Amino acid sequence: MSGDLVFYGFALLTVLSGFFVVASRNVVHAAFSLLFTLFGVAGLYAQLGADFLAVTQTVVYIGGILVLVIFAVMMTRIPRGDAPRRGLDRAVPAAILALLVFALIYMVIVGTRWPERAAGAPEATVAEIGTGLMTTFVFPFEYASLVLLAAMVGAAILIRERAPADDAADADDAAGEGEVRS
Amino acid sequence: MSAQAIPILMVVGTAALLSLLFLGLSGWLGPYRPNSLKSTTYECGVPARSTVQIRFFVRFFLVALLFLLFDLETVFLYPWAILFRSMVAEGRAAFALGEMGAFVAVLVVGFVYVWKKGGLEWQ
Amino acid sequence: MQVMTDLFARIFGDGLSSLGLLVAGGLTMALIMALVMASCAIVFTWAERKVAGFIQSRYGPMRVGRWHGVLQPVADMVKILGKEDIVPRDADKPLFMLAPFVIFVGSLMAWAAIPFAPGFIAADLDLGLFYIFAVSSAATIGILMAGWASNNKWSLYGAARGAAQAVSYEIPLALACIPVVMITGSLNMNDIVIAQQGGIWRWHFLHDPFLFVAFLLYFVASIAEVNRGPFDLPETESELVAGYHTEYTGMRFAFFFLAEYANLFLVSCVATAVFLGGWQPLFGPVFLPGLVFVIKAVLLVLLQMWLRWTLPRLRVDQLMHVCWKVMVPLALVCVLGAGIWMLATGQAG
Repeated sequence: MSGDLVFYGFALLTVLSGFFVVASRNVVHAAFSLLFTLFGVAGLYAQLGADFLAVTQTVVYIGGILVLVIFAVMMTRIPRGDAPRRGLDRAVPAAILALLVFALIYMVIVGTRWPERAAGAPEATVAEIGTGLMTTFVFPFEYASLVLLAAMVGAAILIRERAPADDAADADDAAGEGEVRS
Repeated sequence: MSAQAIPILMVVGTAALLSLLFLGLSGWLGPYRPNSLKSTTYECGVPARSTVQIRFFVRFFLVALLFLLFDLETVFLYPWAILFRSMVAEGRAAFALGEMGAFVAVLVVGFVYVWKKGGLEWQ
Repeated sequence: MQVMTDLFARIFGDGLSSLGLLVAGGLTMALIMALVMASCAIVFTWAERKVAGFIQSRYGPMRVGRWHGVLQPVADMVKILGKEDIVPRDADKPLFMLAPFVIFVGSLMAWAAIPFAPGFIAADLDLGLFYIFAVSSAATIGILMAGWASNNKWSLYGAARGAAQAVSYEIPLALACIPVVMITGSLNMNDIVIAQQGGIWRWHFLHDPFLFVAFLLYFVASIAEVNRGPFDLPETESELVAGYHTEYTGMRFAFFFLAEYANLFLVSCVATAVFLGGWQPLFGPVFLPGLVFVIKAVLLVLLQMWLRWTLPRLRVDQLMHVCWKVMVPLALVCVLGAGIWMLATGQAG
């Protein structure tokens, strides 16, 4: 019973803040609202007994990706405050696309035969995941490092191409930062 | 619901309630006399421009990106590290070390590339 | 937690279900943690001013409370309660009001997994150490939120620096703890402390040379992680006024202040538990575990204060240089070295 209550609490948090992310016309508010969405999802994982996934969700999504998103939002020269309301020409295609994605996910959820797990206290999942990484999933695990390598090379290219523009941006903006950099 | 997580909820609730309580107390005890000068943005005495339009350096974004990649690496390292002890006991430690070594080595290649490209220079 | 649930079980007998016990125990522990957090902020603000005073050949606070100004922080607290809560006109009001909560709640959440004594831990998580890193990394969001919402260039620069610094130093921080996890085979904070039973030679920082380096790396990274001198670039008073909390007043400012000292103690507590034997005494059987733990952590805090008031501040480029070009590679070497050491000695002990 109380477990259900916790579930509904986290689900409500996730859905409401997620709705706010989509509905807010202030892009910075939307980005910060993701904090609660991601926290809610972490809570749902914890509630399902997937403790490692819950903590990983917090580390990677809140501590990493959300910081990245916020930096990205701040990096673009966005106006403060609300963006002007857009017409239906954008809302309608977006709604159709969202419905299609939802239909796809729904079909996958209904169509999958989910493995049933015996009820009871879930064992510590970390050791299981570690074993998996070193036995069944050695290849995907090593492959993941290649994906990370690709991302890092991408980052290096970003540095090279942005360098001149970066300097130009420094010149007109960085009054405070200039003191440190000299 | 794993029983271990319940105290965390309690802590979150307590922290939120306590901070609200203190904020309320401060609002009750403290004055509230706003004036237009007081509510201006602090700018060391000179009149401030109304809003801040600073474009963040791409550097900050890159640092966050690098952090994310290394963060993912540590996420993989933790379950591996937990098992390392038992792998030593089973005599499979060389394999474990080699596997993780290969994983980290690939990342280090990328890291060195970023380093050589000047991605770690702040200037 | 165990202590508390046992206590409640004794008081109420069978009157409470196991869930009720968990909730009651958790609530009590949460309140105790909040109390410890508040008192550590009180003690450390006083200690910081005295330490700074002695290092600079002056006295620091002397008047309030007769003996060396011991009641100064209490007076400060009362004063801060009576201050006006100003929200600047140009600030982003909802985010401005929310940011101190995010930082405060995040700070207290991390405290939940600190093992002060056997059984005396608010949340005895299997993933304790990982959880602490996760929650404290979430504090970065609070910093960015405060900096953006203030709509002040000092705040924004401070927040950007603070966030970049916090995320950068989190990597060596997390990597430095991995050798310990390899040795103990657990992320549970209790297990990590228990593994160091049997005197100082069993403490992890003396386990092997790599672990000693890892401990030093952790210590340096933890100072940077909590934005304190010589790594206090986010709030360099000569450049950025007060950094990301420039626009905050009264109680909301106090939350930032509280969180800073709470985090200072938090990283010292983690260092104590992970590297310095936790509640285990220097030698002999476990004796007054809570006190031993707190003494070790407080000594680390004093060491950090000493460093803050002795060393000059780093520049931004030096800061990033130290982190990415020195500490991250060194931490990776430590992980590898600890692995080889364990392999060579053939056992984990």
